[in-house]
Amino acid sequence: MIEATGVKKAYPGRPVLRGVDLMAQDGETLAIIGGSGCGKSTFLKCVIGLVRPDEGCIKVDGTDITQLTREADIAKYRRRFGYLFQEAALFDSLSVWENVTFGLRYLTNIPASRYRAIAKDKLALVGLKDVEDMRPSELSGGMKKRVALARAIAAEPTYILYDEPTTGLDPIMSDVINDLILDLQKVLKTTAIVVTHDMKSAYKVASRIAMIHEGRVLASASPETIKTTNDPYVRQFVDGLSHGPIKMKLKDFEPETVAAGVGKAGAR
Amino acid sequence: MNGSWGKASVVEDFGREAMAISESVGRFTFLVRSTAAWMLRAPIEWRQVLNQMLRIGVESLPVTTMTTFFTGMVLALQTGASSKHFFNEPLFVGTVVSFAMVMELAPVMTALVVSGRAGAAIAAELGTMKVTEQIDALYTLGTDPVRYLVIPRVLAFLMVLPILTVVADFSGVFGGWVVAYVKLGIPTSVYISDIFDNMEIRHFMHGFLKTFVFASIISFISCFKGITTTGGAEGVGKSTTAAVVLSMASVLIIDYFVTAILSAVGIT
Repeated sequence: MIEATGVKKAYPGRPVLRGVDLMAQDGETLAIIGGSGCGKSTFLKCVIGLVRPDEGCIKVDGTDITQLTREADIAKYRRRFGYLFQEAALFDSLSVWENVTFGLRYLTNIPASRYRAIAKDKLALVGLKDVEDMRPSELSGGMKKRVALARAIAAEPTYILYDEPTTGLDPIMSDVINDLILDLQKVLKTTAIVVTHDMKSAYKVASRIAMIHEGRVLASASPETIKTTNDPYVRQFVDGLSHGPIKMKLKDFEPETVAAGVGKAGAR
Repeated sequence: MNGSWGKASVVEDFGREAMAISESVGRFTFLVRSTAAWMLRAPIEWRQVLNQMLRIGVESLPVTTMTTFFTGMVLALQTGASSKHFFNEPLFVGTVVSFAMVMELAPVMTALVVSGRAGAAIAAELGTMKVTEQIDALYTLGTDPVRYLVIPRVLAFLMVLPILTVVADFSGVFGGWVVAYVKLGIPTSVYISDIFDNMEIRHFMHGFLKTFVFASIISFISCFKGITTTGGAEGVGKSTTAAVVLSMASVLIIDYFVTAILSAVGIT
């Protein structure tokens, strides 16, 4: 179980998380939705210990990552996680099979002679065949995401964290990735947190959806409840509307003359 | 009023800059300490070390050899001309060329060329890994960028730079001989006896020991600039430039102090 309480994080001059309280029960898939820059990826990085929160605690099976200081303890904590990065983050200098089995050397005691066979199995799980010797630069965006997924599950983690798994993919490939997430959930029986702003993906893969807005959790409910909610903030986000309580600037800067002109027109 | 605001702003800017520099120094020191700790704690990735030795050594060898060959030629030409001017014949050309090359020019010029060639490549590679989240991926896969990326590069530099410098010593002295024999008409036996009548092992060691200091400077600065890159492609460019400029300046500045120390302990 992952339990976050009062998680706060600020970058110089910019608060990102202002007190996030979230829980992911064993076996569930929690989708975190929210606009760009709302802090959902930062939260995911706090969970795996890549970013240290300024305040609050994040407990995973009773271990609080915010209290761990020794590198060995943090590495041991991270062992239970698989992490899918937004841009796949495959190692350019290694082949596909070396990428998939990279973590096995450090996370498991499996002999190196078995790595290639394991890579083949994991790649088959994500629907890839005969790509073991290719380089990441030879793969399409969707294939890179699948290889990254195979790498994330290679050491058989208890928790899988997905950072924008469908971003940058076409709608069909996005759906394929969603199906893969569901399949892996059934096969591996893991607990997952999926950070996304793709509502179709969130509805499909999640057993619960939480929305983060301005660094706080605005709502947390089942996909069915989120679909029919009357909360104006959640409604605006899930319907993808530019007008509503969530204010998005059209431009960061508008010339004064234009602004004045608009003002005059409004006065008339 | 404006004046006091201006002064406050200058003081603020100065303070911010001083804070940034001291933070960088602290993080650099932490990287060096962390490298030493990982070397003692975990097995060294010898395959990575070998890869880096090949990349740094083999790719830099032609350019360092050519550079020092021509430097030796210029030295012989200048020495011969000066000697002719004062003594009416070219005296001690072999002595001047060999002492200058072995004690100073070969180590420094090799270090400068390698920092421009391999140091830049390291900063660009690690910088790209940082902005594409590959460094974060290393953490999630159970290892540490210091262990997997920094240590192999530092060790490779420490092993390769002395070898490149010894080759550069010979290349420079050979360049000097070409000019001495062809242009100045000095017999080969005279050129060689000019060298070996005066040079002792401590003169060679003076230049050779410097290369370990230079290797440490270039490798740590390049790795540090790479793994602290921020800001996408533009950031990678800035880090690469900073790595080269800082490495070259540090080599030239620290060369003075190393020379002074070696002279003080009699290795000169």
